[in-house]
Amino acid sequence: MSKNNIPKVSATLSLKDIAGALKVRLGIGRMNYMVEPGLYAIGNPDGSSPVLVSANYKLTFDILRKNLTDFSCWLLILDTKGVNVWCAAGKGTFGTDELVNRVEITCLSDIVYHKRLILPQLGSVGVNAHEAARLTGFSITYGPIRAKDIKAYIANSYTATKEMRLVEFNFMERLVLTPMELVPVLKASFPIMGIIFLTNQFAKRPFVKGDIAAYFGAVFSGAFITPLLLPYIPGRAFAWKGWLTGLFTTFAILCKSKGFTKGSRLMSFGQILFFPALSSFIAMNFTGSTTYTSPSGVKEEMKRALPIIFSFGALGAIIILCSHIFGKGRR
Amino acid sequence: MTKHKYLEDVTTLTLNTDKCVGCGLCEIVCPHGVFEMAKGKAYLADKNSCIECGACALNCPAKALNVNPGVG
Repeated sequence: MSKNNIPKVSATLSLKDIAGALKVRLGIGRMNYMVEPGLYAIGNPDGSSPVLVSANYKLTFDILRKNLTDFSCWLLILDTKGVNVWCAAGKGTFGTDELVNRVEITCLSDIVYHKRLILPQLGSVGVNAHEAARLTGFSITYGPIRAKDIKAYIANSYTATKEMRLVEFNFMERLVLTPMELVPVLKASFPIMGIIFLTNQFAKRPFVKGDIAAYFGAVFSGAFITPLLLPYIPGRAFAWKGWLTGLFTTFAILCKSKGFTKGSRLMSFGQILFFPALSSFIAMNFTGSTTYTSPSGVKEEMKRALPIIFSFGALGAIIILCSHIFGKGRR
Repeated sequence: MTKHKYLEDVTTLTLNTDKCVGCGLCEIVCPHGVFEMAKGKAYLADKNSCIECGACALNCPAKALNVNPGVG
């Protein structure tokens, strides 16, 4: 490949790029948002310019280039099947083999005369630096975790500060993940609404607005409130955090819809069993999206929490259904 | 910012100090500051923050580190 054939990309995102990012955050076309793997030029790079290695998820690619304004370098984009660096490294697609392969395909050693590849630190989950150096002839340097630190890292003679080496999980980082928690649960809610509608055709005591509110309250507390308030909710296990927020939400909604009054005590009891358990279950799903949970921790949590969640949920569901189907009068 | 804390005493991470050659790569790759260097060797400064990503074990040239990594 000659230098003239290398596509040049801008460090400025277009409106289309921003709209694309919004869409994938909502889960639309998320599994098919990618750029062609290979070599790209940013600015006016030459044989001495640094080579940054990254993934072919377009969201990753865009975040990287928007942090490279007024900067000249090469981007070596690996084929990670449209998955971000950290997750792809965990699955092995951002790995030693693909790195070696891509350095060869792009004839990188004909394009730059130095022998240094800068990998994102989180790529180290899939790349063995010593092995990759031996096979490519390039030395592997782990750069900072975040693209925003790359320019400072290079200016500081390829040294990262301690802060650049640690992952965070701040409010904004959690916020952008919540649509992917909410959307799947809301989709799964359609059949549940169908069952409620059908039950209402023959139930002595039909489901009313307050019941639907309690359901969506539990969904919202598990998929939105728990992720957002994560570090402020007491306890460590996600199941516990989700149960606690679910209990608060359910209690508040029941009070508003006159639960625990004469004739609805049993049903309210069922709801207090069921809805926090639902919130807890949904919140556990978020363990897979954080930057600080370990598989052993998740396994331990599931082993302890799932039997309790299912017992509470099943008992609660039976009480709720029975009091609707056989119960008397409206509340 | 708030430091997130997950369950304690669950990680499968082990470090064999006898094998450690003190290259410091584990300290560089770990995204949770689990490792620190002292007297030319790595030690586990914050074991409970380990998320078992496996980066340290994969990059350790002396195979001094062991962990059961998860996926993703």
